[in-house]
Amino acid sequence: MTQVNVTVDGVSYVDQVEPRLLLVHYLRDVLGKTGTPVGCDTSNCGACTVLMDGVSVKSCSVLAVQAEGAEITTIEGVANGEWSPLQKAFKEEHALQCGYCTPGMILASTDLLRDNPNPSEQQIREGLEGNLCRCTGYEHIVRAVKRAAAVQAGADQ
Amino acid sequence: MTATAETPATAELGRARRRKEDNRLITGQTMWTDNITLPGMLHMAFLRSPHAHAKITSVDVSAARTQPGVIAAFCGADLADEQGSLPCAWPVTEDIVIPAHPPMATDEVRYVGEAVAAVVARDKYAAADALASIDVTYEPLPAVLDMRDALKAGSPKVHEAGNKSYEWVFANGDMDAALHDAPIVIERDYRQQRLIPCAMEPRSVVSAWVGDEVTLWSATQIPHVLRFAIAAFFGIPEQNIRVIAPDVGGGFGSKLQVTAEEVLAVLISRRVGRPVKWTESRSEGNMTVHHGRDQWQRIKIAADSDGRIRGLEVDLLADMGAYLMLVTPGVPLLGAFMFPAIYKMDAYSFKCTGVFTTKMPTDAYRGAGRPEATFAIERIMDELAAHLGVDPLEIRERNWIKHEEFPYTSICGLTYDSGNYEAATARAKELLGYENLRAEQEERFARAESVRLGIGVSTYTEMCGLAPSRVLGSLSYGAGGWEHASIRMLPTGKVEVVTGSSAHGQGHETAWSQIVADQLGVPFEDIRVLHGDTAISHKGMDTYGSRSLAVGGMAVVGACDKVIEKGKAVAAHMMEASADDLEFTGGRFQVRGDPEQGRSIQEVALATFAAHDLPAGMEPSLDSDATYDPENFSFPHGTHLCAVEVDTETGMVKIRSYVAVDDIGKVVNPLIVDGQVHGGIAQGIGQALYEEAVYDEAGNLLTTTLADYLIPSAADLPSYVTDRTESPADNRLGVKGVGEAGTIASTPAVVNAIIDALRPLGINDIEMPCTPERVWRAIEAARANGGAA
Repeated sequence: MTQVNVTVDGVSYVDQVEPRLLLVHYLRDVLGKTGTPVGCDTSNCGACTVLMDGVSVKSCSVLAVQAEGAEITTIEGVANGEWSPLQKAFKEEHALQCGYCTPGMILASTDLLRDNPNPSEQQIREGLEGNLCRCTGYEHIVRAVKRAAAVQAGADQ
Repeated sequence: MTATAETPATAELGRARRRKEDNRLITGQTMWTDNITLPGMLHMAFLRSPHAHAKITSVDVSAARTQPGVIAAFCGADLADEQGSLPCAWPVTEDIVIPAHPPMATDEVRYVGEAVAAVVARDKYAAADALASIDVTYEPLPAVLDMRDALKAGSPKVHEAGNKSYEWVFANGDMDAALHDAPIVIERDYRQQRLIPCAMEPRSVVSAWVGDEVTLWSATQIPHVLRFAIAAFFGIPEQNIRVIAPDVGGGFGSKLQVTAEEVLAVLISRRVGRPVKWTESRSEGNMTVHHGRDQWQRIKIAADSDGRIRGLEVDLLADMGAYLMLVTPGVPLLGAFMFPAIYKMDAYSFKCTGVFTTKMPTDAYRGAGRPEATFAIERIMDELAAHLGVDPLEIRERNWIKHEEFPYTSICGLTYDSGNYEAATARAKELLGYENLRAEQEERFARAESVRLGIGVSTYTEMCGLAPSRVLGSLSYGAGGWEHASIRMLPTGKVEVVTGSSAHGQGHETAWSQIVADQLGVPFEDIRVLHGDTAISHKGMDTYGSRSLAVGGMAVVGACDKVIEKGKAVAAHMMEASADDLEFTGGRFQVRGDPEQGRSIQEVALATFAAHDLPAGMEPSLDSDATYDPENFSFPHGTHLCAVEVDTETGMVKIRSYVAVDDIGKVVNPLIVDGQVHGGIAQGIGQALYEEAVYDEAGNLLTTTLADYLIPSAADLPSYVTDRTESPADNRLGVKGVGEAGTIASTPAVVNAIIDALRPLGINDIEMPCTPERVWRAIEAARANGGAA
């Protein structure tokens, strides 16, 4: 067992974990933070995307011990008093149906907008290529990211 | 229908309400089955067959039982006395072969991935580790992988009884006359490749016994059917079974199943006396979630010299896989009635042979039979157009049912209640800029550009709103097609709606609230929709076949009617008026002609709860139950147009624009409808361009991961242009259903576009998925054959 110190959604944790434990299983099974789902086992689907020190990672492809000292943000920590612009935009644009990919989509989009606050439609599509959705055909997801970008741009002015 | 006039004035119908469901889904407060943790809960893992076909000569799980953290391990023989056989609810013919299908293999495995042993351990890592210490010896048998070869004399057998499960035929009209001297006869073989549904949420099950009662949480589309099946086929009294489908992350038909893993979770959790959870990995799921499609379609069309269809002959081979699961044999039959589509003809004949192979069983996948049929007819209509040298839309118009001809009885005997193919097509042409694109295409052909423009057409219809129970009975289906709903009027005037339809992304909580808000005149926010738990919703037929709104929504309307009827009697009593003098409008029971005299439904609900002064003999309850059995299917239709750019140097296909004009009747929530259409189109494009379940010669599935089985990403797909036309559906809501339309329409639209681009090269078919390699090879082969460049 290895000790890991990690901050998740603003709460710090110290745990003894098996070195092979995946970060996503640490979040779900050890911390009980089940907002982050698992959609595949080859890091293709992106459902488990979280932010690690502000950068999006697929938490099925990170070992819990690799998160040592890191600050993790999951979908449960995205809202800061009120929903983030992306959360609001996802609802407003009906960017989800079953909602299983949604936590990953919102976290990946958060990182996308951090990199590029004013992405074109093509940049959004390419930026979210690593996050699969089987329900929406992506149309409304793209619109939601555009809407959130516009809202953030407005807020920054 | 006469009742239409009584439907209350609408405020909510047609409104783009944002979904109630989203609040929990957007914040991570979800209840996926895999999120469930119960006291004492154990984790189950399965050892699965590495052989497509083999005798099991021995299974030794004893070493696994001694691994750290392992509580128990089982092989098929350990469960033989209680595991029975997984059900097939659709014996389509009298002499159909339905092989025994034990949830865990006992003496023979027939596909890679079939469960042969299970380990139950303290955590999922320990369970997975212990699988390695299970010792199974196999005696390999020959794999049977190609359904065409499987029917040949001398083919190895999948089952003792042989490789043919059934042959189902349907015919109407005089085919001999239709074919006799027909000036045009075109015959084609089309391949419907095998697909993997790939709902984003992997399957997951939790089973917990308390005494002799079991609660089963499952990522299922069909909690009610599952409960019935466990009772009927596995010997557990129905009243002791509670099935809960919590938040379910997509289904697309793949969770319309009674699975081995669900049954084994129930049986094994009873054995170990503790709750047991099993959640599949994606690679496990790709192997063992039922697959979709997988047909060879021989289709022959006979026409007059002006292109008028005389007759259509269809001969299908349908790959059942190794066993018949819940509705495996019936899926092609749902297509049987859809090959004639929107077209008039004199004769039609259909034959389907269900074939066993040593692969994962097939079953319902979005559209279930209807996308396959629509593909074949829409593809061959283009061949007919090409033969005559006319525009593909022109040949369709010469044959389709005209809007003034509805209701129309199709050659299959289905009564299409309404439709307006002219209107949908005209709108789609306008939105695409059809004529301009045709002109551009001609210019670019003339310039012999290496990147070619193709325009694809799909004028589909579908039968949905499954289904009139008497029709299902006539097709030997094992259940009815009704749906159930209850309304509970709470003392404070709020409303609970219980629906037997089990949503997994469709937005019932929102759409049903809209329906009830209109019917009962209560605020949208005052309504809560409950579903997916058999202890709350005791009856239902669940969600599939675009049935939720057209059938389940109508049950909700029926339940509202009964509330109003009861409420009227109470209100009349409160007002000392005659119930006959009252009308119900805007949530108020009021005296006709004197709207000041009235009681709100909330007041009536409270008075009924108090029950201090009710009409004599009246029960103190406004609650109601209604079960709706549709008289007929509904028949959404539409015209989808797709423009593609095909690079003849690389074979790369790029969708340039996509227009969908759908007639789905009245729309409850346009946002939800758009979402359904978009997602459906994406899945159909997936079949056309990207997706295929591939087995190697030994019967190993090669596409076990999402790196190998390519479901489209945002970067692969275009933006869609959607619009609607509306012809009235024959139910009080006027709705038809939209869950499958996009998937049914889009696959042929895309492939027709590709062929349209390449037809001048002498190409008239490319097998799906139309990957760059396949397109490039087709171009190279055509060039080698001397096709025009």
